[in-house]
Amino acid sequence: MKRSRIPLYTTIAVLVFFYLPIFVLIIHSFNASRFSGSWEGFSLRWYIRLFTEREIWYALRNTLIVAFSTTVVSMVLGTIAAFALHRFNTRLQRVHYTLIYTPLVVPDILMGISLLLFFVAIGVQLGLFTIFLAHTSFCVSYVAMVVLARLQDFDFSVIEAAQDLGANWWTIAWRVLLPLLAPGIAAGGLLAFTLSIDDFVITFFVTGPGATTLPIQIYSMIKHGSPPLINALSTILLVVTFLIIWTVQHLTEDERTHENA
Amino acid sequence: MAEFLEFNDVSKRYGPIRAADHVSLSIRRGEFFSLLGPSGCGKTTLLRILAGFEYPDTGRVLLDGTDITDQPPNKRKVNTIFQNYALFPHLTVRDNIAFGLRIARRPAAEVREEVDRMLAMTQMEEHAHKKPHQISGGQKQRVAIARALINKPEVLLLDEPLAALDLKLRQRMLFELDRIHDQVGITFLYVTHDQGEAMSLSDRIAVMNNGRIEQLGTPAEIYEAPTSSFVAAFIGDTNFFDGTVSETPEPEYCRLRIDGFPDVLCFNDKNKQAGDLVHLSVRPEKFRLSVVKPNVDGRHNLVPGRVEEVIYLGSQTKFLVRVQDYRLSIAQPHSRFLLDEQPIRWEDNVWVWWHADDGYMLDRYSEKDEALKEMPAE
Repeated sequence: MKRSRIPLYTTIAVLVFFYLPIFVLIIHSFNASRFSGSWEGFSLRWYIRLFTEREIWYALRNTLIVAFSTTVVSMVLGTIAAFALHRFNTRLQRVHYTLIYTPLVVPDILMGISLLLFFVAIGVQLGLFTIFLAHTSFCVSYVAMVVLARLQDFDFSVIEAAQDLGANWWTIAWRVLLPLLAPGIAAGGLLAFTLSIDDFVITFFVTGPGATTLPIQIYSMIKHGSPPLINALSTILLVVTFLIIWTVQHLTEDERTHENA
Repeated sequence: MAEFLEFNDVSKRYGPIRAADHVSLSIRRGEFFSLLGPSGCGKTTLLRILAGFEYPDTGRVLLDGTDITDQPPNKRKVNTIFQNYALFPHLTVRDNIAFGLRIARRPAAEVREEVDRMLAMTQMEEHAHKKPHQISGGQKQRVAIARALINKPEVLLLDEPLAALDLKLRQRMLFELDRIHDQVGITFLYVTHDQGEAMSLSDRIAVMNNGRIEQLGTPAEIYEAPTSSFVAAFIGDTNFFDGTVSETPEPEYCRLRIDGFPDVLCFNDKNKQAGDLVHLSVRPEKFRLSVVKPNVDGRHNLVPGRVEEVIYLGSQTKFLVRVQDYRLSIAQPHSRFLLDEQPIRWEDNVWVWWHADDGYMLDRYSEKDEALKEMPAE
């Protein structure tokens, strides 16, 4: 029987639609020309230029500071939230779940504005700290959801087994729970990291003087007209993000095959 | 003498369900004791109360004279083998077994030595480095046993440990458990719904139903002398008769009037008097069956019947014989080569007889226990 070719064509069309712009961007990052319109030969000059731009390095440093602290804090808070959601079953938990879930669906722009108003209202100085708080506020939800998903197919009889063998709660947490949930927590953490690194909208609202992150820096560079530099920077970001996502998938997949075997 | 392990008036309710209904139970040191009953009878609840995972609504649990009811599970000198094994998936077989000793902070050399001993006892040496997902069900079972026994518990609790294994493996593990029990000599509390497992392993069995202990005794006592219709029907197969005591001709025996039977003689250890309503239970293999009328003495009951069904089972044949209102389930072994015997066929008129001592009068009788019998529907 001859199979229909329509799915194949659709797939190709979708892939082209998604990846062609990115592909063009990558190509252009190696273009010697200052203008995207013409190809003047292969060159790494924009990459080399990148390393001499102090502002970019400064923005990168800020981004990483925010991303790392956001990741660590949301891993801790998100895991605790997931536990609370999973272990206790009261009416209040539904409210809790909604509260955790909401940041995932609220438009960024709304989050940005409300956080800005909030920070101004309580008189916090806008800067890296407010960016960190803002990022944590939505990354916690992502971590909680990922960890919760793992908890849902977690076999809690091993907890009883550990207790039965003489372990107290502290030992159970360290020797059983944490090692078993580590892949889930790590996956949530990496997700939080990538979300924090490339967040623009919320950051744009809550950033303050001197607290420029990479996405903000890129935006301002476009305004000042240095697209080839941005192409190079974006390509690097793309590669880094891709590596992180790949690691996340690898971690979760590895665990899944473990359980099925 | 105080018993080694005691449940004292233990109750536990889950909503409307009485999982344990004022259970009192004593278990001796070194005993292989089974809690046997259908699912939902409360046997696992008792085990979990002993392990410390559940707290009883009433009653106390005493281990070697000490009240352990309020102790958390990790402080109790009991260890559990879980139905699904509950091995730690992130640890190797060796590390799983070592878990208990490691968290007790025993010296590494001692841990290694003990683990090696356990690996040898459960014949798992060559799998020591593997993770639980790389070994078979039977091997997981052994690891679970080793992991529990390494802590030298006072009591080993086994929660349906063989339920997840296939038939052949289950039989092998039965012998294995028996051997291990003999070897370590600690008290085993075994929870199962499988009468075969309980009968073959246990020193004593408590048959449970609806959160209560129906009968407690050795496997032979429970099989040969059930005290309630539930026990009679749940353990093995049986035939029930409704009757009335008509006379007590001698101290140990009484005559029963049962519809369609000549007066039935029955061993009377319950001191029944004339006029008492009784229920008689007779096991299928206690009957004898023949097409020719046998010569039997006065201690036997003999009735004519008609074969309605013949089910050949290899080691024995099961006959369903109509005697008036009753359809008797009768099992006959093949003592000789089957084809040499004069075969009893479908629709043959036969004589059925049994010894008065093989009939058992029940203290408690419940209609619904009839359903537990293995008899096919009419």
